[in-house]
Amino acid sequence: MSVSRRDFLKTSGALVVSFSAASLFGSYALGQGPFDTHRSHIDPAQLDSWIAVSADGTVTAFSGKCDFGQGMLTVQTQLVAEELCVPLQSVKVVQCDTAMCPDQGTTSGSQSTPTNFNLRNLAQAAATAREALVGMAAKQLNESANQLTVADGVITGKSGRRVTYAQLIGSKRFDVPLNAAAKRRSPYRWTVLGKSVPSLDRVALMTGQYEFVHNIHVPGMLHGRVVRPPEVGAIVSSVDENSVRGIPGFIKLVVRKNFVGVVAEKQSQAIQAARQLKVDWGPGRKLSPQASFFETMRMQPSEDSLLVDSKDVEDHLSRATTVLRATYSYPYQMHGSVGTSCAVADVKGDRATIWSATQSVYPTHSIVAKILALPLDNVRVIYVRGSGCYGLNGADTVSLDAALLSHAVGRPVRVQLSRQDEMAWENFGAACVIDQRAGIDQSGTIVAWACENWQTSRGGRPGYDQPGNVITGTLLGYEPETITPQAATAPKEQVRNRSNAVPSYFAGCVGDQCAGGGNIRSERVLTHEVDSQFFTGPLRSPLRLQNTFAHECFMDEIAAQIKTDPVSLRLKHLRDERVIDVVKAAAKAAGWESRPSPKPSTQRSGTVSGRGIACVAYEGSNGYAALVAEVDVDLTSGQVHATRFVVAIDAGPISNPDGLRNQTEGGILQGMSRALGERVTWDSRKVTSFDWETYNSLYLDLAAPKIDVVIVDRINVPALGAGETAITLVAASLGNAIFDATGMRLREAPFTADRVRAAFHAPASPEKAS
Amino acid sequence: MSRISLKVNGQQHRVETDPSTPLLFVLSDDLGLRGPKLGCGMAQCGSCMVILRGQAVRSCVMPVSSVGNDEITTLEGLGTPEKPHPIQQAFIDEGAAQCGFCLNGVILSAKAALDEKPHASDDEIRQALGGVLCRCFAHVRMLRAIRKYADARKV
Repeated sequence: MSVSRRDFLKTSGALVVSFSAASLFGSYALGQGPFDTHRSHIDPAQLDSWIAVSADGTVTAFSGKCDFGQGMLTVQTQLVAEELCVPLQSVKVVQCDTAMCPDQGTTSGSQSTPTNFNLRNLAQAAATAREALVGMAAKQLNESANQLTVADGVITGKSGRRVTYAQLIGSKRFDVPLNAAAKRRSPYRWTVLGKSVPSLDRVALMTGQYEFVHNIHVPGMLHGRVVRPPEVGAIVSSVDENSVRGIPGFIKLVVRKNFVGVVAEKQSQAIQAARQLKVDWGPGRKLSPQASFFETMRMQPSEDSLLVDSKDVEDHLSRATTVLRATYSYPYQMHGSVGTSCAVADVKGDRATIWSATQSVYPTHSIVAKILALPLDNVRVIYVRGSGCYGLNGADTVSLDAALLSHAVGRPVRVQLSRQDEMAWENFGAACVIDQRAGIDQSGTIVAWACENWQTSRGGRPGYDQPGNVITGTLLGYEPETITPQAATAPKEQVRNRSNAVPSYFAGCVGDQCAGGGNIRSERVLTHEVDSQFFTGPLRSPLRLQNTFAHECFMDEIAAQIKTDPVSLRLKHLRDERVIDVVKAAAKAAGWESRPSPKPSTQRSGTVSGRGIACVAYEGSNGYAALVAEVDVDLTSGQVHATRFVVAIDAGPISNPDGLRNQTEGGILQGMSRALGERVTWDSRKVTSFDWETYNSLYLDLAAPKIDVVIVDRINVPALGAGETAITLVAASLGNAIFDATGMRLREAPFTADRVRAAFHAPASPEKAS
Repeated sequence: MSRISLKVNGQQHRVETDPSTPLLFVLSDDLGLRGPKLGCGMAQCGSCMVILRGQAVRSCVMPVSSVGNDEITTLEGLGTPEKPHPIQQAFIDEGAAQCGFCLNGVILSAKAALDEKPHASDDEIRQALGGVLCRCFAHVRMLRAIRKYADARKV
């Protein structure tokens, strides 16, 4: 803990923007929303600061939103450089260190851009700093502030006289409260933001110099490994320390309730000790059989929510010309980071420092203090990038593992999970079952639509006080968050479509507020959360992907039923202009041929091709996209080969177009891997997909489809998230394309070759239209 | 424990270790190299890749004692931030990464394959990457960077 924020700011001169005038920013600054900026645990006057312009003109910004590889460090650097009118190289962003940065909760949910790039937080702090400096210059140059121009940290008056930021600050210290009225620079004049600045980590990454959390070496550091239960829910009966005593370098066995770990001098010794350790575990819980799991989900007690209910759906369905019903199922899937999760902890006496790849440094800080019974102020969590996480992978749990082991030996300990411990115990993306019913009238208009959704839930992000939400906490005896069975009450608030449980085509009316994206007014969405037998947690586009898969495939089924082109049926039922625009843009760029699906064909073998579309207003209003997929399907093998994707995406003003393209391309292929092959499997006692042979990811040898990304750029609207928009659409667009090619509707993901082949050659009777 | 001599990226090293220790842990823990990483420990992902005797090999399943006198090249041994190797430069130019954890396996596998067969087709390059996993799925850019590098060295 050599550098504290206080030390850092004790430089000779600085201009510091802080939250100290909280009243100015009231609900914004101190809002306790899940994704916003929280009051910090350490003296807010010192810590809740965003930006320091130092006497040499360089700028340091502190952000609670971190870069996992999605480019957040680069775009935040661009943002600060843009607002302060300084060169990119003058800005250093310190990200996610509890000793230095404001508490911005968790970096997740496509919320970093909405949180830090609009009219508050980091963006507003940078604008405040620029205005304060311009104000100081106006005084010094004796000119009015609006006559001054700023570039490269130099303020120039109309008279031509100049003064630099460095000169203005000199050796003095200025404390400036965050000014909610400070003006952001107009996107029309952006010179740094909005440009495809190469990601700042690129050269270090490509040359093997980049320091991942896996590369952290602390002097005197030991290596730890954990020993997880062999079956879900098994608890420790006894541990035989003699079984590992003779191992060279073995230091200590650590047992706390059901948490078991070993510490050794070297990594290979720790691995050997973990393998060799004799632990008697009691029997685990009997798991519900995988073959009937989706059926079992429906029978469980559930916590229900009614998101929208016009109360006339049954009536309209009974009078509709055609009623269509279908059930969609989506399996548990994994984050499956390529590197297993790793953390380093240094706990000595009553102080702890954790180097962690968590998305949640402040919550982790709280949790570590809780499980080690340390004063909150004595714990520091420093974010260091790990392997791409895509949500709640093992980074949180391994941070607790490292803290526990270091605490037990009083020396720094590095822990990296085994592949099996990572994959068998992570917080999986939820399994879902979604029932759809829709009524269509004679003119081909959808007159009513009802969705009923079952989703699994157990644990999740530990937040600030629930260690039991991940495996390590549960092993220590903390309870995971579970559902409380209860019936739904009538919707009271305006529809917030955070999980995209409401299809885009719904009017979404609660009272006289209609917040949906479409014009179907006879509408009902009921969700049931059921207890999960495995831990669940946010996985890129959590529930949004599963729900969108069901909605967008069902929309396609309706189009096919009434022999209408899928794009025109969508446009007919949408009223959100931004969704309409992306649908049109994607169809245009893809050269979409207007006709009903499936494509007429009598082919029974060989390869057939088809196309499908899907669209979404991500989380209701946090990003818009439409995706066209083109596929070849080998009717003999059942292999689906995507040949081309065309996506149109609208995320408001774009901070870095190349960064957005990179996220979108990666999201589409990750979505393809999830749609075509990925699925958690289990037997009666344990997870059986625990490595890359048993969990089916696409590798680098996939014949990559061509991907066209069309950016629908909008300037005068808030900046939105973009990391999860495209992936949300992949399973749906592929399902629709497979239908177009083969006439077979696949309603359960993933669309493995076996399933495609089976569906084509032994067609089950399609779900009935009445 | 025995004393083992290793030549890595042009430098000779001596380490005290059990001869059965996987080469990966000697490189990452004893020598502090950042390129080769533990991804799975079972030769399923490629994160631990090094080049040995002209071949891309997985150091997580290779005992350090089996290396002998042959030189090991890791990702940081190809080029430096100031002077990246042309294949690294191609990846830099194409921005061919997201988190970057897998780059070690991707770049070294592609380089070894193209050293062996400079005129490799796209299919052959893809085959060479068959056991390498990138879970951010930066595939499009990576394959473009490799193609660019391959085309430039042909002339």
